[in-house]
Amino acid sequence: MHMADALISPAVGGTMWAISGGLIAYCANKVKTSIRDNLVPMMGVLGAFIFAAQMINFSIPGTGSSGHLGGGLILTALLGPYAAFLVMASVLTVQAFFFADGGLLALGCNIFNLGFFPAFVAYPLIYRAFVKGQYGTSRAWVGAIIAAVVGLQLGAFSVVLETKASGISELPFGTFVLMMLPIHLAIGVVEGLATAAVVSFVARARPEALQTAPASEASVSLRPVLIGLAIAAVIMGGVASWFASTHPDGLEWSMAKVSGKEELESPGDGIHKSLAEVQERTAFLPDYGFKSGEAAPETATPAEHAAAPEPEPWPAVNAGTSVAGIVGGLMTLALACLIGIALRARSIQRTCGNG
Amino acid sequence: MGITDWIEIGRMDELGRMDTPAHRLDARAKAIVTLAFIVVVMSFPRHDVSALTPFLLYPIALISLGRIPVGYLARKILIAAPFALFIGIFNPLLDRTPVTTIGTVAISGGWVSFGSIMFRFFLTVGAALALVACTGMNRLGAALERLGVPRVFVVQLLFLYRYLFVVSDQAGKMKRSAEMRSSGRPLRLRVYGSMIGHLLLRSMDRAERVYRAMVARGFDGEVRVLRPSSFVWSDAIFVAGCLLFFVSARLWNLAEAFGRLLTGGAM
Amino acid sequence: MSHHVVEVRDLSFAYPDGTEALRGVSFRIEHGGAVALIGGNGAGKSTLLLHLNGYLSTTRSDVRIGDTIVTRETAALARRAVGMVFQDPDDQLFMPTVAEDVAFGPLNAGLPPDQVESRVASALERVGMTHLRERPPYRLSAGEKRAVAIATVLAMSPDILVMDEPSSNLDPRARRRLIEHLLSFEHTKIIATHDLELVVEVCRHVLVMDAGRIVAQGPTVEILSDENLMLAHGLERPHILRHAHPH
Repeated sequence: MHMADALISPAVGGTMWAISGGLIAYCANKVKTSIRDNLVPMMGVLGAFIFAAQMINFSIPGTGSSGHLGGGLILTALLGPYAAFLVMASVLTVQAFFFADGGLLALGCNIFNLGFFPAFVAYPLIYRAFVKGQYGTSRAWVGAIIAAVVGLQLGAFSVVLETKASGISELPFGTFVLMMLPIHLAIGVVEGLATAAVVSFVARARPEALQTAPASEASVSLRPVLIGLAIAAVIMGGVASWFASTHPDGLEWSMAKVSGKEELESPGDGIHKSLAEVQERTAFLPDYGFKSGEAAPETATPAEHAAAPEPEPWPAVNAGTSVAGIVGGLMTLALACLIGIALRARSIQRTCGNG
Repeated sequence: MGITDWIEIGRMDELGRMDTPAHRLDARAKAIVTLAFIVVVMSFPRHDVSALTPFLLYPIALISLGRIPVGYLARKILIAAPFALFIGIFNPLLDRTPVTTIGTVAISGGWVSFGSIMFRFFLTVGAALALVACTGMNRLGAALERLGVPRVFVVQLLFLYRYLFVVSDQAGKMKRSAEMRSSGRPLRLRVYGSMIGHLLLRSMDRAERVYRAMVARGFDGEVRVLRPSSFVWSDAIFVAGCLLFFVSARLWNLAEAFGRLLTGGAM
Repeated sequence: MSHHVVEVRDLSFAYPDGTEALRGVSFRIEHGGAVALIGGNGAGKSTLLLHLNGYLSTTRSDVRIGDTIVTRETAALARRAVGMVFQDPDDQLFMPTVAEDVAFGPLNAGLPPDQVESRVASALERVGMTHLRERPPYRLSAGEKRAVAIATVLAMSPDILVMDEPSSNLDPRARRRLIEHLLSFEHTKIIATHDLELVVEVCRHVLVMDAGRIVAQGPTVEILSDENLMLAHGLERPHILRHAHPH
């Protein structure tokens, strides 16, 4: 359920980058002052372990399908929440870099969705409260499953929020939620089972490993959690209402602001005024007729629009623009490829020349 | 992820260590430009397609200069596609307002925005993969630190990357020996738990030995590195040129202007 | 040159789980010698080595490196004098590139950048691995990894080299090159190994360990030729000594 770049707006991506970046800085600071001096190599190797463990699957009883370890919970059990959050962030970063899982703009979203909830919510508030050091009991299994499910549900729900706030997908909120949550309920159960199986083995083979996170690090005070959640909720809410209700174009808005074409009287007015200007400009400049569906007049058929020579404030379609657009687009593609081939030839030549 | 993904990471790592004009650019410059690229691409209204085409130039230039195999990268992009496809495919189903015609076929807004999503996906993922393939993890990590990411984070990120190759090798051996003894059936949960548990304990032992080796060479909690800066004027020109291009392509639909020039259709 | 002397007196150590790894170990190594530490698995060799640079330490002062009595407080000094090459080079080479890894120790010692650079260059040259400078360690062969691991230690200019199983996992050619390197180092060397043929070539003295004790010590050929002694402690008389004629 990695969030993808193609589905989020820069505003949402940037916001989540800021939130995750802040959390990384906060956790890095906590880790730096940690008394466990072997923490840094431990974090690195355990991050590699999470990756490698995901190569190995187990069969899910009675379903014929298979699952693997997610990682957030077990990392928190071994390293404490701050270090575990950083490791999850690293795992997701490497996935984004090498497998294009998610993507760079969505990385902030993914770190928050998959790192924050297990480390700062599911583990301290659910798993630890349930298990109370009694690994391997049925209580521990139930605790692991509930914690994994809750962590993933929260993550999936924020995927929905982030996607909605971005306004690129047309999926209605309710449908999206109904689609995401059951899927992640199933994934959560599987992850909980995997986590409990591994933890109960470790508890038998080397119990001290699970107690290496000192109490002071393992117990997260609720305050940063609640503050983090509150900030995220407020920003997400704000972003959602701005960018979903108006036309989503954060960059153009900020460009208008930077270019100083507006005096911002009040923030609200400024945004709407600049957005209005942006709309005017996009209508004035040769641009595609494609606009969001709501703006298309019910009565207008494409043919009628094509016949209308005057560009409308929200021109639904203009045959001339379309043809030019399609031809231009295709030619640009061809040109880009040609340039690519030329550059490659040049790159080879230059390297050979140098070598 | 499976074994095949694993081979992929090794391949990316190899590509990242080549020496080409694209690889010689400073990692920070490439990282900043790529991020700007993604932000600008994602800032387009959701029904734009043709205005996005000029942006193809950036990943293509990077891939070509870096001599990254195109087929390989395309395959990687396709493997990553399902989530965007899964969410994007709802657009044609939900937004059926016709917005344009090609010949006599009316195209709905949903299909246009779906096309736009997939095209953006292609662009953003392509650019990100091209960045990594032209830079490599180690140079990227150093760039992250220079750009202000906390050192502790960067150090353990690079440790993760370093030990990926070691731990996954162990995991691969365990998996193989388990498969040999189970005639290919997937593992039962209990067996899985002890196998992954073993891998975990061995990883923890490994970390302890690494720590020991660090201490033996004077590690005192602070990892010091010597990374001479390599940001030169050509990097600055690269950044400035790319940003200028992105902004122009964002403000004006270059593809359409190009098309009008070609079709002679003055509007 | 007293700082090349290694002296261990009545050293005992038990791990937190109660395993007694060392029971009253004593020996003394003078400057410039190469001493092999041999014994079966679990004899306590690795534990003993970890005491030499203060990674493990007892409250009593049982280990002396040159003029330094190794305790928790003086461990940093001991680590500068004792360069430790670990058994698995993957544990030792943790930095992103070979050059950064070799620079790790000198940087921790607080050397200025230009000196760090010259240390890196000369250490890599010493083991013939200059061409691998910018390579990541996970891309090296076992022999290259071992050579670079040794370079990371040489870059710290230690007086004493301590090695744990330096020839494990090496193919014959890499092993040969390792032996040549070892013979060329003027440092005091302490080598824990199962590779008895290497011991014959490199070390003049041998310490035999079993169950946490030093059970025998003396000149290499004398000790290793003692069939009964070797077999009694899980070892064997090396092939090379069976056929060699005494000169």
